[in-house]
Amino acid sequence: MTALLEARDVTVRFGGVTAIDGVSFAMEPGELLGLIGPNGAGKTTMMRAITGVVTPDQGTVVLAGRDLKGLGTAARIRRGLGLSQQLVRPFRDMTVLDNVALAAGHAKTAGPWGALARVDRSAERDRARDLLDRVGIADVADAWPGNLPLGFLKRLEVARALALDPQLLLLDEPLAGLNQIEAGQLADTIVDLNRQGLSIVLIEHNLGEVLRICTRIVVLDNGRRIGMGEPRAVMADPVVRAAYLGEGGGHAAA
Amino acid sequence: MLDAYHISLLTVMGISVTFALSLNLITGFCGQISLGHAAFLGIGAYGAALLSKAGLPVPLGLAAGALLAGAIGAVVGLTSLRVRHDFLAITTMGVGFLFLGIVRQQDALGGEMGVSGFPGTGLDKEGFMVLVLAVAAATAAFSLYLKKSWLGFAFDAVAEDEDTARLLGVDVARFKLAAFAMGCAIAGLAGGLYAHNVRFIDPDSFGFVESITVLSMVVIGGIGSVWGVIVAAAGLSVLPLWIQFIEDYKLLIYGGLLFAVMRFSPGGLAGAVAAVARRGRTEP
Repeated sequence: MTALLEARDVTVRFGGVTAIDGVSFAMEPGELLGLIGPNGAGKTTMMRAITGVVTPDQGTVVLAGRDLKGLGTAARIRRGLGLSQQLVRPFRDMTVLDNVALAAGHAKTAGPWGALARVDRSAERDRARDLLDRVGIADVADAWPGNLPLGFLKRLEVARALALDPQLLLLDEPLAGLNQIEAGQLADTIVDLNRQGLSIVLIEHNLGEVLRICTRIVVLDNGRRIGMGEPRAVMADPVVRAAYLGEGGGHAAA
Repeated sequence: MLDAYHISLLTVMGISVTFALSLNLITGFCGQISLGHAAFLGIGAYGAALLSKAGLPVPLGLAAGALLAGAIGAVVGLTSLRVRHDFLAITTMGVGFLFLGIVRQQDALGGEMGVSGFPGTGLDKEGFMVLVLAVAAATAAFSLYLKKSWLGFAFDAVAEDEDTARLLGVDVARFKLAAFAMGCAIAGLAGGLYAHNVRFIDPDSFGFVESITVLSMVVIGGIGSVWGVIVAAAGLSVLPLWIQFIEDYKLLIYGGLLFAVMRFSPGGLAGAVAAVARRGRTEP
């Protein structure tokens, strides 16, 4: 089976700081892969290297057998990536529903002239409503994002990424800002999506949920990969335990 | 029937509305500021005038002027891919001055003397007014349609947050270039109509003051609001013709209005009307 996503020796430097240092990993279609590590480990930078927001100094990212080098973010999204961002960025001049509908209309926004020829939004709005229902915020569909608490906006990010019909869903800390019940529900939704065949990379600080739902994990620390494999086995590794528990041992319990 | 004075007022009004709506497409819909939009009015005017002087039929001259302005607009739009906001404002202002600089120095373009004596449209004053108003109405209808289309939807996203628009698969660069190409082409068409209305063009008609004037119309009407921009452009274009005082102090008055709108009603006329309507509903 060919890998759906493959990072090969990816290195990203910001000035003199090496944010990711020669990280490689691969995931098969259908996996729910956890990408974890302490603060500053390079998880979000890795995500940005995949989406093309930052350009690696070395190494490549390959999606479904195609090297993504040289492609912009929009082109990568159109190759089948969907990203839910850690820091929420809703369009505040659009309703929650239209935020998702715009993403659901990705086939209509492929180019300006095709977009000019199309007006009807009803199918995309129906789909947006389904997705909002799926992440549990259908009742705020007609609200303006500026008035909503963070927990709703995090779920809006996830709904918007799903609306892109991705082959691979990238979730950057989707559970942060949710209370325990909401986090558990969204984690269950993520598992459901994965069971229906969607491949997912999950960056998450909520280690309890990661260990509960992920089929495999990759652990980063200081920009290096220090562990990879089945969650329980990886977390039993002394090197991983030291990175997590060495300083401020409360981390793993959080 | 209308007298000659009102025919000329309505003609000026129609050209201004078309010109202001063309900038609204770029600045209002797609969020890209331009302080040099008069250059595209000028490109269309010079294109239409010189081509009809060279013997091309008037409709073809108008179309060629619009296409030329649209093509150059797309090239200028390339700068919007590199710079944003205040730097884009400065860059487009530079484009405006560059246009003036080139036109003033080229004898083939009439230099300081401008271009005159080109063949007319063959329409009488009233017929030309009808043509101008039809173009303005078509531009307004196109604007309203665009706003409802998926292109307008994507423009909303690009105007608010380019990075997030990219994450939703919107190829921001192509959408911005499309906005510049369409907006500048319509400005070029307005310029061609201007040339045939005045029957004489010189570089001074397309200077920085004109760029600021058209931006005032868009901001005062309400950035992005088609109806607001139509009202503001119609009003502000005929005021100087009615009242000599306003013509003399045009830059001061428009600058003051621009400041007042930014300070007290950032949504422009359209925003102020919406606010009053909301107050009317909530107060018994």
